[in-house]
Amino acid sequence: MGSDLKEEAIKRAKVLMVGAGGIGCELLKTLALSGFQDVHIIDMDTIEVSNLNRQFLFRQSHVGQSKAKVARDAVLKFMPHINITPYHANVKDPGFNVDFFKQFNVVLNGLDNLDARRHVNRLCLAAEVPLIESGTTGFLGQVTVHIKGRTECYECQPKPTPKTYPVCTITSTPSKVDFVRELRELFERFKKILKFVHCIVWAKDLLFAKLFGDKKQENDLFVSAGDGSDSEKPTNIFERGSDEDHEQYGRKIYDHVFGYNIEVALANEETWKSRRRPNPIFLKDVLPERLILQNGNLEKNFLTEDLPLSAMSSVGLSNPQDVWSLADNSRVFLEALRLFFGRREKEIGNLTFDKDDQLAVEFVTSAANIRASSFGISLHSLFDAKGIAGNIVHAVATTNAIIAGLIVIEAIKVLQADFQNCRMTYCLEHPARKMLLMPVEPFEANKSCYVCSEVLVELPAPVSSGTMLTVEDLQQELSCHINIKHREEFDEDKEPDKMVLLGWTAREKESQVVSNGNSTSAAVPAAAEATMKSEEAEVNAEISGTKRKLSEISEATENQEASQILPRADADNFKNSQELEDDDDDLVVLDNYPETSKKQRLH
Amino acid sequence: MDGEELTAQETALYDRQIRVWGVDAQKRLSKAQILVSGLNGTSVEFCKNIVLAGVGSLTLMDDRLVTEDALQANFLIPRDETVYSGRSLSELCCESLRDFNPMVRVLAEKGDLAQCEMEFLDKFDVVVVTGCSLKTKIEINEKCRERAKRIAFYAIECRDSCGEIFVDLQNYTYAQKKSDGTAECHLSYSSLEDAILIPWRNLPRKVSKLYFAMRVIEKFELSEGRNPGELSNFDLPAVLKLRKELCDAQSLNESHVPETLLERILVAGPMLYPPVCPILGGILGQEVIKAISGKGDPLKNFFYFDAADGKGVIEDISNPSSI
Ligand SMILES: [Zn+2]
Repeated sequence: MGSDLKEEAIKRAKVLMVGAGGIGCELLKTLALSGFQDVHIIDMDTIEVSNLNRQFLFRQSHVGQSKAKVARDAVLKFMPHINITPYHANVKDPGFNVDFFKQFNVVLNGLDNLDARRHVNRLCLAAEVPLIESGTTGFLGQVTVHIKGRTECYECQPKPTPKTYPVCTITSTPSKVDFVRELRELFERFKKILKFVHCIVWAKDLLFAKLFGDKKQENDLFVSAGDGSDSEKPTNIFERGSDEDHEQYGRKIYDHVFGYNIEVALANEETWKSRRRPNPIFLKDVLPERLILQNGNLEKNFLTEDLPLSAMSSVGLSNPQDVWSLADNSRVFLEALRLFFGRREKEIGNLTFDKDDQLAVEFVTSAANIRASSFGISLHSLFDAKGIAGNIVHAVATTNAIIAGLIVIEAIKVLQADFQNCRMTYCLEHPARKMLLMPVEPFEANKSCYVCSEVLVELPAPVSSGTMLTVEDLQQELSCHINIKHREEFDEDKEPDKMVLLGWTAREKESQVVSNGNSTSAAVPAAAEATMKSEEAEVNAEISGTKRKLSEISEATENQEASQILPRADADNFKNSQELEDDDDDLVVLDNYPETSKKQRLH
Repeated sequence: MDGEELTAQETALYDRQIRVWGVDAQKRLSKAQILVSGLNGTSVEFCKNIVLAGVGSLTLMDDRLVTEDALQANFLIPRDETVYSGRSLSELCCESLRDFNPMVRVLAEKGDLAQCEMEFLDKFDVVVVTGCSLKTKIEINEKCRERAKRIAFYAIECRDSCGEIFVDLQNYTYAQKKSDGTAECHLSYSSLEDAILIPWRNLPRKVSKLYFAMRVIEKFELSEGRNPGELSNFDLPAVLKLRKELCDAQSLNESHVPETLLERILVAGPMLYPPVCPILGGILGQEVIKAISGKGDPLKNFFYFDAADGKGVIEDISNPSSI
């Protein structure tokens, strides 16, 4: 495959890599070996110990340093003559704007979160740069190609929003590839742990936040307590009474959240008609008095100042892989509370959950497990709970290496404008139709995708004086507020500076549309065009006009409709060129979304 | 699994992968001894993966001195003659790999595996060979089979933008995951010699064209006394002649071994298409991890990848008499 044309295309290419993590390290190495000469790489992260099992460009001594910079140096060691430009920065920084993206021939994503992926997708669409997107979890992975006008964009299909759930970076929805056993299994696995995930979310986002986080935060965890039945304690149960020690305070919280609150909830019979009723758990039933006291006297943590505070080690538990009993979880819970209030009092009120905070993980694990017991859900180890609470990825080097190889193969096709042969590829754990690596034709764009298609936005009605319209530019996170003011008379001299008003003199002139450059995202019509500077995060444009303008607003809506329906010849051509000459080999064509489903050319 | 617990250092380093394969698998990995004979773009990818995974030890054998050709697709050796001049591939790769994971013992062993004492093999649980002739591969495979302990054997070869992995786990038993728990599963593998002796007309329908192409090329190299990749487009007429002979003898239509594919492999000669190396080295890494840990269905017994169509396909080509 060493054709000169290919070599030329590779040598001349300017490539942007976003992410220097698991996929990123492999990708940068493979790009260098494949002959790429000019690679830019953005990553805001610094190196952590848990990266070292797969991010092979990094060493123990690099912990804490910029991934992008260390990755560059490591690759230059074996390939000294290529240009690698690192950016230790967030890809969402305003400097990485459409113009920045336009300088590249292709963008390669090796990201670990949905938010940044969406952002890069939108910038690539705006800059009209092909995007190759990737993700892995465990032995599963995928590479997809996104070319404006030819394929779907990254956001054409709704993605699950795994903000609080332990979900992987695999982005296919089960319906999209539901005959692929892997993804279905993965989904089943998630469903199984989903109930426990709810316990973790409860422990982390409600209980932990309430006890140790911002007190002012709205939190309905205890509102139910004052449900009329018990008016004796209108005061906040979470305030420690002046006569209480940490021990008593902890027990009070325990009984309240796991016992009393459940009893209150059970009182509402409606809720439990079709659900399993939880059991209230009170401390006296779980731990006899003497056991509680026993652990209260262990002061190991005071002796070893340099070790992080750990409730599990003070109660004598050592293996994070073990699933603890309800009694052990209860002891950890009380001990964690005691340590927080006794040893980390200063932080209380400002804490947010951090997966690297041992004590916080212990607290959340024990609280989630006690709640799980109450609801008849199976308990989990600290190791698993940490994975869920910290949204920790499941990652191995091999999958990342394979995915990086596939990305480079697609990138080279894109650079040669060999679009017909571009494929998205699934890397599977178990073969599907004999394949471990399954190439699939790229999907067509979703015509109603709000990111890459020309979608109309209906204005809220009525648009009258005093209405404020907010226009958001999805590519640059710029938002613009438009205040509608109606005036009887329009006097240019009296209007504020910077106010540019178009179309007000000549009634027959077409009204303008507020939109941001070549944005492909939703544009909102208005009767006037505000001048905007894209580097401003927020632009306030006052829009004024005469009464006459009001009618033009509705015209504008219609005009926009006409102007937004642009010919999409490219997309159609692509569709027609899908018949592939692949003799007797069958090509897998997956179902897209229902409205554009294609025939599967399988048997 | 019994035995000592992982250290805190191991738990921290391997956290992300323990979440994939579990603690027991990690413990088994940390006891596994791996041998790699032949260092090229594909096998160094494998070495990287297996060192990162945290095996017990990795032994490298390749006494060849570093040349420009040997450097391609190899990220373990700096492009600096003053560094590599006069030193062997195994020494240099060994140095770099040690850095990747201080908890893995990486060793360079001098000599030729084909000439080694039988007992030498007993030190290993897994043997990976590449870059040698078919004859050598078959001999090493047979030696592995003759030892009392089970030694997993893998042969991997990358040519241009396609590649082949052969797996021989002999008799292999593992706990297969089912939707309702696990079931014990037995697999019986053929040796390389037996597998490629199976008459072509007895093969499953629609076997990958790469299977036939690899056999033709391999046979040609063997008859010429060359190593893999010591080819050029000048060899095309002779290779096509051999294709005809083999196809006639096996009553297979020559269209199953496309001339374009053979030509592509010959023209490339020793040159590999670099992005294919991490793909093959990644699949091989995964397979070795599966075989050691006893977790997951191992592939049986050939794997093919071709960048031209992007498919990574498993073919089961086993001698029924040996099962
Ligand atoms: Zn879209």
